[in-house]
Amino acid sequence: MDVYLPIANLSVNGLWIVALGALTGVLSGLFGVGGGFLTTPLLIFYGIPPTVAAASASTQVTGASVSGVIAHSKRKGVDYRMGSVMVAGGIVGAGIGALLFRFFRSIGQIDVVINALYVVLLGSIGLLMARESLQLLRGSASGKQAARRRHHPLVANLPWRWRFYASGLYISPLAPALVGVIVGILTMLMGVGGGFILVPAMLYILGMSANVVVGTSLYNILFVTIATTIMHSLTTRAVDIILVTLLLIGSVTGAQFGSQLAVKAKPELLRLILAAIVLAIAFRMFLGLFYRPDEIYTVYPL
Amino acid sequence: MILAAFVLMGQRDALLVPEVSQHDVKVRQGFTGTELLLFGAVLDPRGQAGQGYDIVVVLKGPSEPVRLREKERFAGVWVNAESNDFRSVPSFFAVASSRPIDQIVDEKTAAIYEFGTGYIQLSPSGTIDPEQQQRFALGLVDLKERQGLYKEDMTGVSITEDVLYQARIDLPSNVTTGTYTAETFAVTQGRVIASAESQVEVRKVGLEREVEYASQNYGLLYGAIAVMLSVLMGWGAGRLFARL
Repeated sequence: MDVYLPIANLSVNGLWIVALGALTGVLSGLFGVGGGFLTTPLLIFYGIPPTVAAASASTQVTGASVSGVIAHSKRKGVDYRMGSVMVAGGIVGAGIGALLFRFFRSIGQIDVVINALYVVLLGSIGLLMARESLQLLRGSASGKQAARRRHHPLVANLPWRWRFYASGLYISPLAPALVGVIVGILTMLMGVGGGFILVPAMLYILGMSANVVVGTSLYNILFVTIATTIMHSLTTRAVDIILVTLLLIGSVTGAQFGSQLAVKAKPELLRLILAAIVLAIAFRMFLGLFYRPDEIYTVYPL
Repeated sequence: MILAAFVLMGQRDALLVPEVSQHDVKVRQGFTGTELLLFGAVLDPRGQAGQGYDIVVVLKGPSEPVRLREKERFAGVWVNAESNDFRSVPSFFAVASSRPIDQIVDEKTAAIYEFGTGYIQLSPSGTIDPEQQQRFALGLVDLKERQGLYKEDMTGVSITEDVLYQARIDLPSNVTTGTYTAETFAVTQGRVIASAESQVEVRKVGLEREVEYASQNYGLLYGAIAVMLSVLMGWGAGRLFARL
């Protein structure tokens, strides 16, 4: 089925795009991540211009996170106060990201920057997850984990504390706002929702209670990707609404199957699989940085 | 009539009557590219079938200025290093001829009439170093060739009875919209003796045009619609599956 994408300016096989959306949908249902980190590189690999891929993937993540937010809010799994502070930070971050995008584009290094970000972030988070899930799988017999400190010492030192009841925290709102800013920047640059960065940051840096982490992360992703879509529509004008629709058809159905699968599967195993996928993408991008690239020349319109 | 006029004028120019199968290419949903047929007749000054005429057709898309960046290895990592600007890069370029160009004309003539992807006048600016300029030009052409946007077909023109010629040129789906010019040249004994030009308009129509127009002129509204669409689809799917 041939579909012409008016913004990307080319014709694609619609079924492939829907299948790609479904794949990321299943992942997002299974793991509670948006799946943007998979969509953007695969779209680029398919031949969609990188800017269009990043912009459209962030719009798709909005749709993929809506039903998750609704489901989690029903079971009181969203800390709205914490989430809103992060969203405020995220919108600022998206603005900074847009400026950075323009800057790196003007000096001609945007593709290199995006690649390097993928390698560093996916690589380190993939390794962290793999180590943790392997430990859990192997050593679940060893009983209790060592007592973790509640949150990062730097967080405790920030002034002006607020109470976040749902998260069970009494910390400065500057900490989640800062996390939000960073995720907002990454969303704008990489076309990812940032779930794979937010979840570990909330757990290990902020020390939020685990039962609100995924819901709050999705809540944040929802609003930050909305802001990024608007930002892209105003600056890069690269959101391809036809491409988004195709991706969404796949991902919203895929997400439902994913969440049904997630109930049945073993969580440690799921995280190991996610870690493997994340590492595989990071490795592919890593090779791209060091091996002679397929294209030595890139064209920028003036 | 035209024939008679040319006969009366009694000049030694050959007569070339070109036509294009489609003057208006509509890019709409389901567009996967199209095939243009460039055809026509070539007659010698006396209005009879000429002998030994070769035909070259050149189809060019609208030009745009671009900056081309070259990746280089820096501390092991491939980063963008040198860049060069080209002021007129055709978005599409196809040349077809009845025989290989080097058998029809010499290199100088080929360069004047842009008979080949190696002769496109890209108007480089910036660096003066000719070696670097040539390297960049080659890189640009190679990139466009692999995107299917630049091509050469040395036997793409077929001539029947020394009068009628035709050439097929594929426009891929990733073509830029705008005015394309199709030039036809009649060549004999190494000289271009007649040429004619016709135009092809490639444009988006219907929904595709509206989408592009909205994204360019009403960014905020367009973004809001995209957001609403994805929220509604996500929410709708959740509701739908909850019932199943």
